[in-house]
Amino acid sequence: MGRYVIRRLLQMIPVFVGATLLIFLMVNVMGDPIAGLCGERACDPATAARLKAEFGLDQPVWKQYLTYMGNVLTGDFGTAFNGQKVTELMATAFPVTIRLTLVAIVFEIVIGIVLGVVTGMRRGRPVDTGVLVATLVVISVPTFVTGLLLQLLLGVKWGWINPSVSSDATFGELIVPGLVLASVSLAYVTRLTRTSIAENRRSDYVRTAVAKGLPRRRVVSRHLLRNSLIPVVTFIGTDVGALMGGAIVTERIFNIHGVGYQLYQGILRQNTQTVVGFVTVLVLVFLAANLIVDLLYAVLDPRIRYA
Amino acid sequence: MRRGRDGGAADARRPRVVTGARTAPRTVTRTATRTAAAAGATAVVLLAAACGGGGGGGDEGAVLSSSWGDPQNPLEPANTNEVQGGKVLDMIFRNLKKYDPKTGAAQDMLAEKIETSDSQNFRITVKDGWKFSNGEPVTARSFVDAWNYGASLKNNQKNAYFFQYIDGYDKTHPESGSQSADTLSGLKTVDDRTFTVKLSQKFSTFPDTLGYNAYAPLPRAFFDDHDAWVAKPVGNGPYQVDSYAKGSQMSLRKWDGYNGPDKAQNGGVDLKVYTDNATAYNDLMSGNLDLVDDIPASQLKNAPNDLGDRYINTPAGILQTLAFPFYDKAWNKPGMEKVRKGLSMAIDRKQITETIFQKTRTPATDWTSPVLGEDGGFREGLCGDGCEYRPSDAKKLIQEGGGLPGGQVKITFNADTGSHRDWVEAVCNSINRALGQGKACVPNPVGTFADYRNQIGDEKMPGPFRAGWQMDYPLIQNFLQPLYYTNASSNDGKWSNQEFDDLVDQANAESDTTKAVDTFVKAEEVVRDEMAAIPLWYQNGSAGYSERLSDVTLNPFSVPVYDRIKVG
Amino acid sequence: MPEPRPNTDPGELDGGRSDDGAGPEDGAVAGTGFGGSMDLAADEGRTLERDPEHDGAEPAGRPRSLWSDAWRDLRRNPVFVVSALLILFLVLISVWPTLLTSGDPLDCDLAKAQQGSQPGHPFGFNAQGCDVYTRTVYGARTSVTVGVCATLGVALLGSVLGGLAGFFSGIWDALLSRLTDVFFAIPVVLGGLVLLSVVTSNTVWPVIGFMVLLGWPQISRIARGSVITARQHDYVQAARALGASSPRMLLRHIAPNAVAPVIVVATIALGTYIALEATLSFLGVGLRPPTVSWGIDISSASPYIRNAPHMLLWPAGALAITVLAFIMLGDAVRDALDPKLR
Repeated sequence: MGRYVIRRLLQMIPVFVGATLLIFLMVNVMGDPIAGLCGERACDPATAARLKAEFGLDQPVWKQYLTYMGNVLTGDFGTAFNGQKVTELMATAFPVTIRLTLVAIVFEIVIGIVLGVVTGMRRGRPVDTGVLVATLVVISVPTFVTGLLLQLLLGVKWGWINPSVSSDATFGELIVPGLVLASVSLAYVTRLTRTSIAENRRSDYVRTAVAKGLPRRRVVSRHLLRNSLIPVVTFIGTDVGALMGGAIVTERIFNIHGVGYQLYQGILRQNTQTVVGFVTVLVLVFLAANLIVDLLYAVLDPRIRYA
Repeated sequence: MRRGRDGGAADARRPRVVTGARTAPRTVTRTATRTAAAAGATAVVLLAAACGGGGGGGDEGAVLSSSWGDPQNPLEPANTNEVQGGKVLDMIFRNLKKYDPKTGAAQDMLAEKIETSDSQNFRITVKDGWKFSNGEPVTARSFVDAWNYGASLKNNQKNAYFFQYIDGYDKTHPESGSQSADTLSGLKTVDDRTFTVKLSQKFSTFPDTLGYNAYAPLPRAFFDDHDAWVAKPVGNGPYQVDSYAKGSQMSLRKWDGYNGPDKAQNGGVDLKVYTDNATAYNDLMSGNLDLVDDIPASQLKNAPNDLGDRYINTPAGILQTLAFPFYDKAWNKPGMEKVRKGLSMAIDRKQITETIFQKTRTPATDWTSPVLGEDGGFREGLCGDGCEYRPSDAKKLIQEGGGLPGGQVKITFNADTGSHRDWVEAVCNSINRALGQGKACVPNPVGTFADYRNQIGDEKMPGPFRAGWQMDYPLIQNFLQPLYYTNASSNDGKWSNQEFDDLVDQANAESDTTKAVDTFVKAEEVVRDEMAAIPLWYQNGSAGYSERLSDVTLNPFSVPVYDRIKVG
Repeated sequence: MPEPRPNTDPGELDGGRSDDGAGPEDGAVAGTGFGGSMDLAADEGRTLERDPEHDGAEPAGRPRSLWSDAWRDLRRNPVFVVSALLILFLVLISVWPTLLTSGDPLDCDLAKAQQGSQPGHPFGFNAQGCDVYTRTVYGARTSVTVGVCATLGVALLGSVLGGLAGFFSGIWDALLSRLTDVFFAIPVVLGGLVLLSVVTSNTVWPVIGFMVLLGWPQISRIARGSVITARQHDYVQAARALGASSPRMLLRHIAPNAVAPVIVVATIALGTYIALEATLSFLGVGLRPPTVSWGIDISSASPYIRNAPHMLLWPAGALAITVLAFIMLGDAVRDALDPKLR
């Protein structure tokens, strides 16, 4: 187990370097960010040159990357154009997004798995068909349409929620945005669980458990569900990274000042430091989530052992 | 120049606004008079009423909330060139001059007197008794230090060029290389309350520019502990910064020690950052926010119904134009002025301002703004038939001029702000219909504002492009010189015309205001004859507020006059 | 046929194989940032990917019967028939939009902006006064092109790279797999914002290119997994023993047996690409005018949802039905190819 984890951690290094380099190059393709800082006029050349030097933009890209990574390793993520440290931005943005992601994942787990189990146990019944159609519809409508619609109906028309999330972004305020963010994944979790449950229902160990006279409840929760959860856990685990980085649309609609908001602002202002910094952390989250998912396999399926 | 409105920041939202219906009687000012009880607004009314209560005079301790955009640069006065940062500076600073929130006229604020005999050497006396909110008195040195800081290259101040007319600017801010002086030789402190300014050329209206934020005085704290100051700016205005969480909210509170004539009528303002002005509007509707100074284009149609008389739509010193790439031979050869004029005549401004903008824009008929007033140089109809919608004449003119370069025009704009796409598409559709050709005009969106500015800087515009101008100060000079003078800072199309340049020089040297204005108008006529840019429309400020508020107005710069707002 | 064995995950299978050195993580499906939709496609595809292992005891290598069985099943599956007809219809109007409308999608009269349904204009007008019906019909071409081309690109690039990684194993596999991870780690919406914001072309190709660039790792993983599985079959070992060359083995023996999961995932992913184009347009970096697409129309109509919902309803409905059709098709194909569900 220990050796396995170490090997995995070592493999993360090239992936981490590659992914950060990739995003670094992508942001650089966007061109000179200084021009946008001076409003609707050309920056005077002297100031532009000084700003470039200050942000290290006068160096060749490879050198910028090395300097940047060197700084990152010492915990210095650079400074945004408005003079704020990127680490400060992260300190305000990540807690908000983590809360949002948590809400979304709770929705995925609770609603998704319950619906999945229900439909999986009743394959082919009206309940199954109904949920199936509903999930397909959710999948095929873009998130921003769902978000705008819920905001208009719940926030403005009926007044059940505030249309926007305050800067505190408490769990209560994040319920609707979390639901919107989770909607597509939720549909997938439902379908995954359903398929998995339906498959395992007919397996030997379930039949054995039923034959032993175990109560149905126990069969489902201890035997059936546990074995059926592996693909679901895989999905949810890897979805964490996608939810955190992919909340750009949801955060924009509900005015949540999280990671997606900072990334969006950073991209619009071509702020290399902000974008690369946040993506670096997201890549780490992604890699860590992948590792945790693999380790969870061993927990869910005792036959899997990592040497 | 704080041009911000439409580009200034890549924020998806921007404020807009303006006040002063008086200065522009002809502007379409749509004062909504419908009662708030109109259908559809019921929920809002109920919510707003719940928060309401209180009585007539307003609660001087109550705090209001207002929509805001995240400023792009640190909040230093000489470094803030967009509306959002300017909004805060307006609240926490008072300058030598202040522009009347209604008329826009420059009036003395901290200036006791500004004397000159030759329009080049000025002697400025600062009023006694003004203090910064940390207790430090405002002296002549507060100004001299601040201006020297702003003009010094090493401080990277993006508004440094505001000091370019002061003698010695070429030393503190050379065009390249490093500076040879840290202070402007044209600035001299005479005593505690007096300093002199020597300009490098005659500039008769210089005193009137001193209301701009870049000229704000700065306390010693700014220089002694710069980081702390930037984290929580200290000024001499009616408000002080209570807390500032960058990227989400700034809380400003009334400064009780303020002795100026325009004390705050409320307890303070919470500026909340919104990424999307549509969300801000929804928040206003559900009683979650008190003031939105940027109503999204898509809600303009609903605003009069939703808000009744709490919807403001008043002219601002903002002009939207289409500029041309004069560095491109295809657009600069003889005869092209006909094509440019033809394009202008193919645009149905009335239809677009009514449908897309719901009359929050007024079709432009000159290259300035109604907020200047006739005396200030605004000339309604100066553009003549060139700004009228005449599809058949347009088609003829374009053919006479040799046709569209390459058979197609691409109108370039930055797409990161919602409403540009709408109007550019409408303009293109109008041109296409006039010319009877499906793809004669094609919108050419650029993803981000920064990239848009880059492409302009690199002279890569393939055709006409969006140029928005928000005045820095209400002078006709500000609408012409920065935009059309040879190599001027915002002359993005690189238009150059000797006759125009000469007229502007002449006007600047003229000490008689009326004559100066007339000369500027002559210069403007040169712009018209060449159709150096197509004027589209004058932009209004549009804002909406909750029932808790009263006395809400917008100044000619499209910023709410916060200190006059009453709560409750 | 009931599946007699408990569900096992490829994680276990991979873990047991030490030859590729890649470890069990390769069984995990990585998030792509496509709002999760892509992940699921991958997950659902995996069921298939491991089937040959489970069925190892049966006579292996009956591709023809697998395909013909599947086809027989599909023809009788109403889901398949409905979705296939729908897709056929979409392709038809993509190629000949004039079949359904005689209007010009770029002919817009601002005076009619936001007006509702009226004779000759059943869907009403959008904010620019263009006919919504005409634009919805013409939008099909772009959206279907984006979906189909992006899927083809992703499937080709992904299966070539993934297939090679799976076939050659060792150092090549390690390199390609790490490369896959690198591209997987970039959130897709973010990548789109960054890359597409600098594009100036107004054709659909940059958008498609971007989807291929960030979408291939998904197919690559699936392809790699199924090639590894197929490689171990007896008939492949036999071919190798008989001295077949690598290209021959790969093309003649392995590819036909490894392609099913790729097809399944690709059909499901296709729908998500069409929806992704709409999201990119919403963020202002998708296709650009004068291109007519559902994504552009949905994003420009969404702010007006309160006043003129019809502007949003029709293109969004068309998009949803199309995505639905492709997902259902993928679903049906998956069921047909999955022997366990017979």
